[in-house]
Amino acid sequence: MKLLGRQTWKFGDEVYLNSTGTAAGPMESEGPLGAMFDVKYNDLHCNEKNWELAERRLMEDSIESCLKKAKLKNEDINFFLAGDLLNQVVTANYAARTNEIPFLGVFGACSTSMESLAVGAALVDGGYAKRVVAAVSSHNATAERQFRYPTEYGGQKPDTATFTVTGAGAALVSSEPSSIKITAATIGKVKDFGIKDPFDMGSAMAPAAADTIAAHLKETGNDPDYYDLIVTGDLSAVGAPIVKMLLSERGVDISKNHRDCGLMVYRPDQEVFAGGSGCACSAVVTYGHLVKELQSGHLKRILVVATGALLNPTMIQQKESIPTIAHGVVLESTKGGHN
Amino acid sequence: MEYLWAFLVGGAMCVVGQILMDVFKLTPAHVTTSFVVAGAALDAFGIYDNLIKFAGGGATVPITSFGHNLLHGAMASSEDHGFIGIAMGIFELTSAGISSAILFGFLVALIFKPKG
Amino acid sequence: MSNKEQQQAYAEKIKPLQPKPPYFMNCLKAFLVGGFICIIGEALQKFYMTYFNFNEQTAGNPTAATLILISALLTGIGVYDKIGQFGGAGSAVPVTGFANAVTSAALEHKSEGIVLGIATNLFKLAGAVIVFGAVSAYIFGMIRYAFKILM
Repeated sequence: MKLLGRQTWKFGDEVYLNSTGTAAGPMESEGPLGAMFDVKYNDLHCNEKNWELAERRLMEDSIESCLKKAKLKNEDINFFLAGDLLNQVVTANYAARTNEIPFLGVFGACSTSMESLAVGAALVDGGYAKRVVAAVSSHNATAERQFRYPTEYGGQKPDTATFTVTGAGAALVSSEPSSIKITAATIGKVKDFGIKDPFDMGSAMAPAAADTIAAHLKETGNDPDYYDLIVTGDLSAVGAPIVKMLLSERGVDISKNHRDCGLMVYRPDQEVFAGGSGCACSAVVTYGHLVKELQSGHLKRILVVATGALLNPTMIQQKESIPTIAHGVVLESTKGGHN
Repeated sequence: MEYLWAFLVGGAMCVVGQILMDVFKLTPAHVTTSFVVAGAALDAFGIYDNLIKFAGGGATVPITSFGHNLLHGAMASSEDHGFIGIAMGIFELTSAGISSAILFGFLVALIFKPKG
Repeated sequence: MSNKEQQQAYAEKIKPLQPKPPYFMNCLKAFLVGGFICIIGEALQKFYMTYFNFNEQTAGNPTAATLILISALLTGIGVYDKIGQFGGAGSAVPVTGFANAVTSAALEHKSEGIVLGIATNLFKLAGAVIVFGAVSAYIFGMIRYAFKILM
């Protein structure tokens, strides 16, 4: 049985993360991880005509550089699992139109990065695929325009707001050995503690992250310090302390090894309110930075918990609160002879 | 002196708006619509005209003066046409504001590209 | 799904961890930005009264139009949203905020075409102001008219 407890998948020995590709916009490229990204744009339009095309460009760039590093072509890939934040996951749909890889669209808001990686790993582990590409994207302007106000609108944002990361990340999962193994994944439950403010997604998402992390640790029987890092997706400066508090109430202490991608992707002096968010936030940090640390053996084992606010403007206007979800994936380095 | 009163009164109205946004968590759209209604209400009691005399730009620039002008146009037209005039005159005085917003908004959208 | 008590308990629990809006600074910035825009309005009004054939009653029209033009241009070159982040209500309450709402919505939907994009969405945000203004003016107008007849 590859199922641990109720919601955790334990993968066999043959699931590897072979290669990753990242693309990033101007603010992200200027950030502390800027040097880690494969494709960088200094223009928010990414040399395209409109925001939606710019986001599509980013996703296609990330897939292209991921496959280029693995020396593979689109035809070598069995399935393409992708999603983004836009309605009907349009960026993913149109990227799939370009690459013509058999396609499954996935949506988990900003948790889509780990959702697609977990499902991809399960397909490979189950023998239903040889090679899977999992990709996500987000764009600051497309997200602003769909979820909030026009980009040039002069509305004031509070300090609890997050700044959608402009970028994309793609990962190649297969059974061919590489320096990073995907060993487990925990699928989250939808949590909603009544937060209605779309400018405070950290507070909304923290309970989902806490629930997934607690479930993962319980079902795998691991202690928090079994992992070098427990990385959350985009809880930001507001949600990060809340998730630590919620877990410590359950007797789980992650304060030593917890990081949040939303706080890693930008410098503190960049004007991004509480931090970064969006599908690309966890994707560019994980696929651009953390994966390199695992490849070099600096990190041995990490749990990446991507958090998603399943936000819909119509529902918010109908006074509904924001449901949230988080999915976790364990990545292990095969360097340094451990396991 | 007129400039000082314009600054103080206009600034004070914006502080009221800011408090509505920060303390009562209203969206900018709710704040501006409330201000327009408030402008019309103040004009109904004849208060807003005095405020304009006193503060000039401080009372004519905030969006409250839009509500004031809507009612003013309606009342002026009702002098000649009775209660039917209310509907006829509503946009009489605000026509310059609305038509220039349409025109300039449209032209700027044609020419410029959103910066993000 | 969590029930009402759980939600309230959570809201209480996270309160100390949430940054509060800097009430005083936000109000001060709104005051300065809003006051400054009103000074420009006052100066424009004086300008139109001195150099053109406008009186105190009619000078409001070209003044509003000029402010709207300035605001639309600042929106177009991507500056007004930065003023808005700084000034908050200070740049939302003046008529320039109305122009920004009109222009930003139109500009944002440019990629969907001139008719269905720009023209259709022009009043997406600012329409509420016109609707509430017209409806309330109508109601207050009726009331005042009724009073005049009865008195």
